[in-house]
Amino acid sequence: MQKSKYELKGNCLVIHLGKEIDHHYADRLKEDTDRIISKNYVKNIVFDFEGVDFMDSAGIGMIMGRYKKILHNGGQVLVSGVQKSVDRILRMSGLYQIVERCENIEDGIKQIEYR
Amino acid sequence: MTNQMSMEFDSKSENESFARVVAASFATQLNPNLEEIDDIKTVVSEAVTNSIIHGYQMGEGKIFMECKIEGNDFHITIMDKGVGIGNVEQAMEPMFTTRPELERSGMGFIFMKTLMDDIEVISEPDIGTTVKMSKRIYG
Repeated sequence: MQKSKYELKGNCLVIHLGKEIDHHYADRLKEDTDRIISKNYVKNIVFDFEGVDFMDSAGIGMIMGRYKKILHNGGQVLVSGVQKSVDRILRMSGLYQIVERCENIEDGIKQIEYR
Repeated sequence: MTNQMSMEFDSKSENESFARVVAASFATQLNPNLEEIDDIKTVVSEAVTNSIIHGYQMGEGKIFMECKIEGNDFHITIMDKGVGIGNVEQAMEPMFTTRPELERSGMGFIFMKTLMDDIEVISEPDIGTTVKMSKRIYG
């Protein structure tokens, strides 16, 4: 069973994703993430894709869903360390219209702070 | 060259990764490049997930998968005996989903259409759904 790791950096939730994001994985991730969001003040989310080599449309739905959750706080969703295979899926889905890409987590957090 | 394999597995989300790995490793006989392997993995994942979530509504059922190699072409069929799709044309439209509460993005069929050369969806309510896809592998 692949695990995700969560890190709270101020009001920013960093989610280190597992290797493969499909419906099976996304369902568990949604539950965990929403529990963290309900217990903490989370304004922004950075999805760390560094270790991800597969994602299908379930991943798109999962990101869109979390985006909707933090949207009313004026927050932002970033994707970090995206590799080629995942980048294609993100492009095809048009998700870059609502989600910004950053090279790494540090850059992402800077990007959020300077906004 | 021709070669064929088929298998049957339970409609469980754990099997999504199993199915795509099987299809991708069968396809390696055609010496696909990394992108082609990713395409096959993605479309298998989409079709199998559809069977689990929509076909069997996350209940019990069997999913059938057949892979065939014909020359440089890779053919794959994924079939379920679930609830079927009332309106196939509508189901294949971008962003259409019957289960927004499950945060389905409505992108599944679009990915299948885009990443494969050919797709045919045969479905009948209460009988089930068959998705047939083909892709030429250039390697």
